Amino acid sequence: MTKMNMLQAVNNALITAMEQDKSAMVFGEDVGHFGGVFRATSNLQEKFGKARCFNTPLTEQGIIGFANGLASQGSTAIAEIQFADYIFPAFDQIVNETAKFRYRSGGQFTCGSLTIRTPYGGGIAGGLYHSQSPEAFFAHIPGMKIVVPRNPYQAKGLLLASIRDDNPVLFMEPKRLYRASVGEVPEEDYELTLGKADVIKEGSDITLLAWGAQVEILEKAADMADADGISCEIIDLRSILPWDVETVCESVAKTGRLLINHEAPQTGGFASEIAATVQDKCFLNLESPIARVCGLDTPYPLAHEKEYMPDHLKTYEAIKRSVNY
Amino acid sequence: MKDRNHLSDIGIAHDVKMISNGLVDIPMLQLLSPDGVAHDSDGYAELDQDKSEKILQTMHYIRILDERMIAAQRQGRISFYLACTGEEAATIGSAAALEPEDMIMSQYREQGTLAYRGYTTKQFMDQMFSNQKDPNKGRQMPIHYGDKALNFMTISSPLGTQIPQASGYAYGQKMAGVDALTICYFGEGAASEGDFHAGLNMAAVLNCPVIFFCRNNGYAISTPAEEQFAGDGIASRGIGYGIKTIRVDGNDVLAVFAATKKAREIALKEQCPVLIEAMTYRLAAHSTSDDPTGYRSKEEEAKWREKDPILRFEKWLKSKNWFNEEAIKQFAVESRQEVLQTLKQVEKEPVNHIDDIIEDVYDTPPWHLKEQLQSLKQHIRQYPEAYPKTSGRIKND
Repeated sequence: MTKMNMLQAVNNALITAMEQDKSAMVFGEDVGHFGGVFRATSNLQEKFGKARCFNTPLTEQGIIGFANGLASQGSTAIAEIQFADYIFPAFDQIVNETAKFRYRSGGQFTCGSLTIRTPYGGGIAGGLYHSQSPEAFFAHIPGMKIVVPRNPYQAKGLLLASIRDDNPVLFMEPKRLYRASVGEVPEEDYELTLGKADVIKEGSDITLLAWGAQVEILEKAADMADADGISCEIIDLRSILPWDVETVCESVAKTGRLLINHEAPQTGGFASEIAATVQDKCFLNLESPIARVCGLDTPYPLAHEKEYMPDHLKTYEAIKRSVNY
Repeated sequence: MKDRNHLSDIGIAHDVKMISNGLVDIPMLQLLSPDGVAHDSDGYAELDQDKSEKILQTMHYIRILDERMIAAQRQGRISFYLACTGEEAATIGSAAALEPEDMIMSQYREQGTLAYRGYTTKQFMDQMFSNQKDPNKGRQMPIHYGDKALNFMTISSPLGTQIPQASGYAYGQKMAGVDALTICYFGEGAASEGDFHAGLNMAAVLNCPVIFFCRNNGYAISTPAEEQFAGDGIASRGIGYGIKTIRVDGNDVLAVFAATKKAREIALKEQCPVLIEAMTYRLAAHSTSDDPTGYRSKEEEAKWREKDPILRFEKWLKSKNWFNEEAIKQFAVESRQEVLQTLKQVEKEPVNHIDDIIEDVYDTPPWHLKEQLQSLKQHIRQYPEAYPKTSGRIKND
């Protein structure tokens, strides 16, 4: 075990993957010698050479198009999109190509060996173009997997599992936690199961559900609620697609209440999908309406970032409303 | 930073003078005159009698397949078809200059390359009828072929997406150390997509062994080339990206073959991309959903029909004494029969079992797809008459 922050854990996972798989390549804007704008790819070029870790021109659609071709050829492609806010020029390549490659060829060709890493989320004074959480757009695409880690241990284990999974994975890294989240990480190779949620605190009165950086917001709110005598169960969803309905519904059946928290705008956010499924499967268990604590339906603000955030106080208030319904 | 890409080696000027289009004059390689007379060149030295006969047969075969399948579409037997009439020299001539290990990433009008590699009539038909023998499992509209065994990447409808993919595929071939490259076909219309710029720039910067082959056939559905771009065709762009570029007469098999042969040699030896712009004309409609009388004249079409690449190639073969008119007539008769017989045979083939609807979305179907399939099957059992293609086979599942 070594103490690492999330960037170091990502870096460590990439080194582990590239050492073990000679066909693994890491590329994107500024990822080469410079090591990426956040330094997630530090020293990879020195360690594995310029042919396996390289800068690309500034073209997100080109990066993912190139990655699709490279993966379909049989190599392990690990592409970085510098900010999730800039993934949209690659939307066509992801929606129409990455996700449909296997299906449209009857399984003859696939992009299964592709992983797209991208930092997402706010809380870093990044304004509307360095703060977005676009997971819901990609959750609508059959053929993709979407994974979000909440701490360094999760980041390494989930990233290694994503790289080796035989399906294309969008790996979304909560950039607010890159340096803020520090924890013990095994130096050896390990994987965490994709598609499986993690119950991180058991409780009996209400289920709190989030992913990535918002999980620690739930923990703060749960501590406040605990002082009021409300027992919260906390679940980190970890995978947005496919998501672990079983774990979530088991928990809701027990607590009778559900609160979902995400940074992305509320309308059409992934909480809507979760709420629809849970009311379908747990209708008679529910004691109160499913609560959503989300971003506002506005672009991500800069001066009003603190006010926009679905923080622990908004979450705490929503917990009380749900329990006292 | 290398100076070349930024500041040094740049001449200094003191006149405010803009550079205008036309300063770079890109000629068109032509080795066979429109009358079928060959110019002196060693570029097509490897085009021996066997290869020439194979090219000619493939050209005739594709024209027959195109004619029959357009007719089949008109009769309502298939939903859609897209012919390549007039462009046979560009596609088949270039395919003949490649090796079987080279990956072909095509747009959708390159059925000639697939036929040249040995794709059978049955395989063409199974795909077009979306039946259970189709390797794509009946998931794509007619003409979206794909065959891993023949190194032909499955076609995708969105235009130009294969261009940056070809750069990536070629980079993978280079890293794997294989003696093969990727050829990427597209039209002059698709070259307006952002993926064209992205793909060519990446291939140039990352030194990918890929041949970009543009079929400049004058039209993107109804939009003529002059409404597509204002520059000197597509070739002029290659120079801007730092890519070795050649423009060829796309109706001249010898020129296409020679240019592609040279491009392959350069791309593999120097590990770099090459751009070929083949000047040709889409004598066919865009597809069976299109009617060219609405946007171009009969006179224009007639002018290009005179430049038919097959007639031109046959004239050359005659001059070489390599043209056996009887044999090619016999081949055409047999091909026509084969196409008709196969058509009758494959249209009886059923579509895949309904269970296939959730396959190949992921490596294995996740829980939610299995759940959706079960509920779909239950519904089909309830209303079997409404879903006749699949209901008969799920009754006892």
